[in-house]
Amino acid sequence: MLSPPTTCYLLLLQAHRSQRGFFEFPNHGSPQAKGDKTNGSDFGYVGIDAILEQMRRKAMKQGFEFNIMVVGQSGLGKSTLMNTLFKSKVSRKSVQPNPEERIPKTIEIKSISHDIEEKGVRMKLTVIDTPGFGDQINNENCWQPIMKFINDQYEAYLQEEINIDRKKRIPDSRVHCCIYFIPPTGHCLRPLDVEFMRRLSKVVNIVPVIAKADTLTLEERDYFKQTIREELRANGIDVYPQKEFDEDAEDRMINDKIREMIPFAVVGSDQEYQVNGKRILGRKTKWGTIEVENIAHCEFAYLRDLLIRTHMQNIKDITGSIHYETYRVRRLNESNGHFTPHPSDHPLWRNLCNCYPMQMFWFFFFKLPTK
Amino acid sequence: HKSCMSEERRQGQDKGVRPLSLAGHVGFDSLPDQLVNKSICQGFCFNILCIGETGIGKSTLMDTLFNTNFENFESSHFEPQVKLRAQTYDLQESNVRLRLTVVNTVGFGDQMNKQESYQPVVDYIDRQFESYLQEELKIKRSLHNYHDSRVHACLYFISPSGHSLKSLDLVTMKKLDSKVNIIPVIAKADTISKSELHKFKIKIMSELVSNGVQIYQFPLDDETVAKVNTTMNGHLPFAVVGSTEEVSVGNKMVKARQYPWGVVQVENENHCDFVKLREMLICVNMEDLREQTHTRHYELYRRCKLEEMGFKDTDPECKPVSLQQTYEAKRQEFLVELQKREDEMRQMFVQRVKEKEAELKEAERELQSRFEHLKRIHADEKATLEEKKRLLDEDQSSFSKRRAAAQLLQAQSLTANGKKDKDRKK
Repeated sequence: MLSPPTTCYLLLLQAHRSQRGFFEFPNHGSPQAKGDKTNGSDFGYVGIDAILEQMRRKAMKQGFEFNIMVVGQSGLGKSTLMNTLFKSKVSRKSVQPNPEERIPKTIEIKSISHDIEEKGVRMKLTVIDTPGFGDQINNENCWQPIMKFINDQYEAYLQEEINIDRKKRIPDSRVHCCIYFIPPTGHCLRPLDVEFMRRLSKVVNIVPVIAKADTLTLEERDYFKQTIREELRANGIDVYPQKEFDEDAEDRMINDKIREMIPFAVVGSDQEYQVNGKRILGRKTKWGTIEVENIAHCEFAYLRDLLIRTHMQNIKDITGSIHYETYRVRRLNESNGHFTPHPSDHPLWRNLCNCYPMQMFWFFFFKLPTK
Repeated sequence: HKSCMSEERRQGQDKGVRPLSLAGHVGFDSLPDQLVNKSICQGFCFNILCIGETGIGKSTLMDTLFNTNFENFESSHFEPQVKLRAQTYDLQESNVRLRLTVVNTVGFGDQMNKQESYQPVVDYIDRQFESYLQEELKIKRSLHNYHDSRVHACLYFISPSGHSLKSLDLVTMKKLDSKVNIIPVIAKADTISKSELHKFKIKIMSELVSNGVQIYQFPLDDETVAKVNTTMNGHLPFAVVGSTEEVSVGNKMVKARQYPWGVVQVENENHCDFVKLREMLICVNMEDLREQTHTRHYELYRRCKLEEMGFKDTDPECKPVSLQQTYEAKRQEFLVELQKREDEMRQMFVQRVKEKEAELKEAERELQSRFEHLKRIHADEKATLEEKKRLLDEDQSSFSKRRAAAQLLQAQSLTANGKKDKDRKK
């Protein structure tokens, strides 16, 4: 038998439930109990389950990427929330040497990347800021630059994917998650909120949050959340986690719990205070200290768990296998249209494609510079 | 390859990416767990191709490796051509579900003329790549549901002759080394003595090197497994013995082959390299085998196939030219083809119309002639009838004449008789 040091990776790795957070991992599946023998494990150990450790090793070596966009009027605490979420100065404001707060005349898209590491897990985090959103006098079409940016990232990925000589790993700059900040009015969504979320929820995962929630009492907060949920439903807006992408009953159960709680009412802070002998993140006011990570005070911890600790991989998967694929289908159908306006109507279309398989046909015309 | 290298270096020092330290526990260290969890739910796919002569022990080895009895058919030695038989099984160990496909060659090495023996194998491997490529290029595709049938590992079974590789082995492996991860094994290794085995292994490896055959090297880039992989690379090719029968040794039942002169224990590393093979193939490098297949062998196939069809990547320098040319050329091709087909169809249509016209004309003519014929018959009959009528009329008139004459005669004779009588009386 092999000597001890080399057998460490033979230890069985079990998928463990997340004890650290409030939600369970999605796609829990139904792992069979150990010792349950189905066809295959008749006598003795083979080592198939060592593949889990191999995958883990590979993932640790490659590192992860995550791209998060924040959208909301200025002054809603977007930068602070990002810094609180990732416990470091990840926001654009913290990086810029010039702290001058100027509201831009048009919407700008500013993206900044960081390499962060935790317990051996490396991640390239990109925070995309959208200063100027909702700040103009006339906010019509304010979603357009944002929509364009998101689609541009899909386009860049697609172009890489159809290269003949491809990179080993296509760099993923696609926006995985868009946090939308709702101002804490306490009443209902504004037309700007509805318009933005309605359009963008079709191309990206939207996570709406109620910003600066320390201005709402618990009753006001609950009423506000309920109103928002109803308005989202009434307008057909599907925010993350989308009902139609639940994989199975277990998934639905986990995600239903989340859907009953969104939008999360959050408070951000990067200042630490002493409370009951402990150092905690919070906001100190004359009437008390708001503890950011205390779920009795605000729902920051739920947001953090959802985004980072339990559903981050799922968020990336939905972006890659659904939103990106939707974009790709639309884009490829467009390029087929260059050749003939109604490919399906033309009687010779099908015969023609005996030269090349029909599904590869769009490939010919795709690499043209787009207008 | 070169671009791959600089990419790795570039990734390490990305422009505008700064390393940041965290002031507390964020929680994304659970990402590998999240990823593993998703994979557990999806299940894994692994495809092994076994190439070897009939009866060399391919099926037995698979049974032994996976601790199960796959349905095995004993093949005949009289196959006219090499064939491949693929069988898929769903295995499970603790919470890991594996969809294993075992592909065996049938009749390999049995033919008189083995020149084309490698071809069915190459074709099979290419077919799986093609199938994946087709899926990847579809407009509406579902890659995460796709059952990946690409061959991840190829176990090449070398006959335990003790001398050297056969030319069939060299030719086949040379054809396959750029398409699949080759792991050569010496089959039925219990027929070779230890000293012979050592010399045999050296001979095989040197022959592979001198013929430029690239076999799969266990990866050395991860420190966790680099050491054991290096050791194992030195033990290639693995000398294996397969057995699903158990023999009692000491106070345990072990997988073994029982001979009158002793018992060869499959899992005893002094007896054979079976344990090493299982380690390397399954426990340590299964994921790497899958990754190499996808990122190296499949990419090579894809690139060659697309280049063959005339596609080129744009060179950032001279962007529009080659693309435009390719586009125009292809477009012309298609238009010409389109026109040709259209003409063909038009001609065919005209032809058909002509034929139909002729048919109709023919039918019309026939109808006309029949009509004429009937008319003639009718006329004939009429003539006949007319004739008959005329005769009848004639008859009638002659009869009436005769009757009139007869009457006159009778009348005359009556008056003549009367006069005579009168004359007599006077």
